Amino acid sequence: MSRRLNYREAMREAMHEALVADPRVFLMGEDVGMYGGTYAFSKGFLDEFGPERIRDTPLSELGFVGAAIGAALGGMRPIVEVMTVNFSLLALDQIVNSAALYRHMSGGQFSVPLVIRMTTGAGRQLAAQHSHSLEGWYAHIPGIKVLAPATIEDARGMLAPALADPDPVVIFEHAGLFNMEGDLADDWTVDIRSATVRREGKDVAIITHGGSLPKALAAAEQLAATGIDAEVLDLRVLRPLDTATIMASVSKCRHAVVVDEGWRTGSLAAEVMARIMENVFYELDAPVARVCSEEVPIPYAKHLEEAALPQPEKIVAAVRGLFS
Amino acid sequence: MTVDHRAAPPPTGPVPWDKKFALRLLADMVRIRRMEEKSAELYGAGKIRGFLHLYIGEEATAVGALHALSAEDNIVATYREHGHALVRGMDMGAIMAEMYGKREGCAHGRGGSMHLFDKATRLFGGNAIVGGGLPLAVGLGLAAKMQNENRLTACFFGDGAVAEGAFHESLNLAALWKLPVLFCCENNLYGMGTALERSESQTDLCVKAASYNMPALKVDGMDIVAVHEITKQAVQRVRAGDGPVFVEYQTYRFRAHSMFDAELYRQKAEVEEWKTRGPIHTFSARLKAEGKLTEEDFLALDAAANAEVDAAVAFAEAGTWEPVEDLLKDVHTS
Ligand SMILES: Cc1ncc(C[n+]2csc(CCOP(=O)(O)OP(=O)(O)O)c2C)c(N)n1
Ligand SMILES: [Mg+2]
Repeated sequence: MSRRLNYREAMREAMHEALVADPRVFLMGEDVGMYGGTYAFSKGFLDEFGPERIRDTPLSELGFVGAAIGAALGGMRPIVEVMTVNFSLLALDQIVNSAALYRHMSGGQFSVPLVIRMTTGAGRQLAAQHSHSLEGWYAHIPGIKVLAPATIEDARGMLAPALADPDPVVIFEHAGLFNMEGDLADDWTVDIRSATVRREGKDVAIITHGGSLPKALAAAEQLAATGIDAEVLDLRVLRPLDTATIMASVSKCRHAVVVDEGWRTGSLAAEVMARIMENVFYELDAPVARVCSEEVPIPYAKHLEEAALPQPEKIVAAVRGLFS
Repeated sequence: MTVDHRAAPPPTGPVPWDKKFALRLLADMVRIRRMEEKSAELYGAGKIRGFLHLYIGEEATAVGALHALSAEDNIVATYREHGHALVRGMDMGAIMAEMYGKREGCAHGRGGSMHLFDKATRLFGGNAIVGGGLPLAVGLGLAAKMQNENRLTACFFGDGAVAEGAFHESLNLAALWKLPVLFCCENNLYGMGTALERSESQTDLCVKAASYNMPALKVDGMDIVAVHEITKQAVQRVRAGDGPVFVEYQTYRFRAHSMFDAELYRQKAEVEEWKTRGPIHTFSARLKAEGKLTEEDFLALDAAANAEVDAAVAFAEAGTWEPVEDLLKDVHTS
């Protein structure tokens, strides 16, 4: 049995479940309460759980993210919503210099059981300051786990294990996915350890995450029509990467294309490619290719924004390039 | 602390300006209003996309304040900056084309509504990170001071920005180094859906600014006469070289925060009450009472604004798209 819902509803349900299940859980962020959540993820929560647990904050990203870290140290289980990854840059100091380091600096005495959620990605003509995809940066930092739910199941299921995790977990929710609908099986299970094959194939492994997953799947369909059977692998967990699953896919297909909305230089895609070189170089039939965002701040104009981002056509072309 | 969300009585009283100047400011408010009404319509038609933050209701603040500045001064603004850009002297066609994403826009369609820039009028953006402009204004002030230039930097920002660390660090630096910066806080009582008293322990924003040891003035931002006169005083003080001045303009936005806002956080009645203080019709009424404005005058300046809007839209419509081959342009200077 299954039921149909969209990404937004799935995430809302997950937060609702967490708030009901554990009195230590509370939600904090800009406009999460009275406004109903910037993207309506927490609509109705203020009435149901009250202002102590659905805590609207001022525009003080550094302050309230730091306060969430403190609250986690003090025994609470905060879910802190940073409106978008763009504004998380104002809180970066607390995330990187405090949350990520406390466990280690204290010699294992203090863990920070905190979940930080943020919207990421481009594609809505919001221009350069509102279109970053910086999950690759966050995945650089030891001490935090980084998740990228790209399906209804993951939107519904990743929050609970993230909250159960004793360490800080950052969840990136791509804005392009919020209205996506899907079927959620009644017996869904979700972990926050593994990468998952979203489409089985044998000729090329397309490795991706987040908002690029639907694009990779669309590319795979186009490729199927021309006789190339693509496998699509969803990384899901960006730190720590599930290297074994990546290598299994690449070894099977002997060709790989990495798709990542981050800019090419120093991207998460670069890390995935490096691991492929380290692990399965001799099993490849062609150099590994990648499709990333072009090295330009994301422009406002629609045609330029589209040209700056990974698109199914670019993925198809990259795959074809491996076989020509 | 509580904040009174009710509108004060509409501004009244004599207008200490000659007819020509008064009509110029009135015309500027009307130009902004007509441009933005059209922008909202064009958003509905899919011509303008992304985020669009309208200034409707707040026009007296930008018009009154910017007319107190001179052409050498620097301006730093937020994403709610169409009005500032226009009054500062930018061509409405270049603004409209930018919002269309056309090559003929002030940033060739790279920036859109939130990122209007104009070197000629010294408009340094269009910053869409709340509080992001304040440190830049401090630096522009520092540069002017170090180069003995007689220009000040006017930095516009909202009440929401006051909660950011950047606000506090910037006010402190500017005061500490006695920099020629005019901090223009447009307090419209809300930062997106969060009312001032739900985000500030001290809701008197002048108290905060004064704590950094600078003059802090408060003014009815719906009253263009008061806005202009107090800004003139503030500008004089900044030019005297003793450091920054903070002005809080108490204003109100009549429209939603952006085009995606169900406005669950405020009562319709509150908005309607504030509309009775609308800066355009209250100022018009005062001018008429003094015989400085006739109905014909108003209709003429309104028609001129509408014609300017029509021309700007035609310019944007006729504009071209930057070729995709130029995608990587302007990332570095060379
Ligand atoms: C650092 C940062 N956090 C959050 C946002 C999202 N945001 C955009 S405008 C806004 C409200 C700002 O309110 P205020 O400063 O009062 O300006 P107003 O919109 O009322 O003119 C918010 C929360 C942002 N752009 N930047
Ligand atoms: Mg405001």
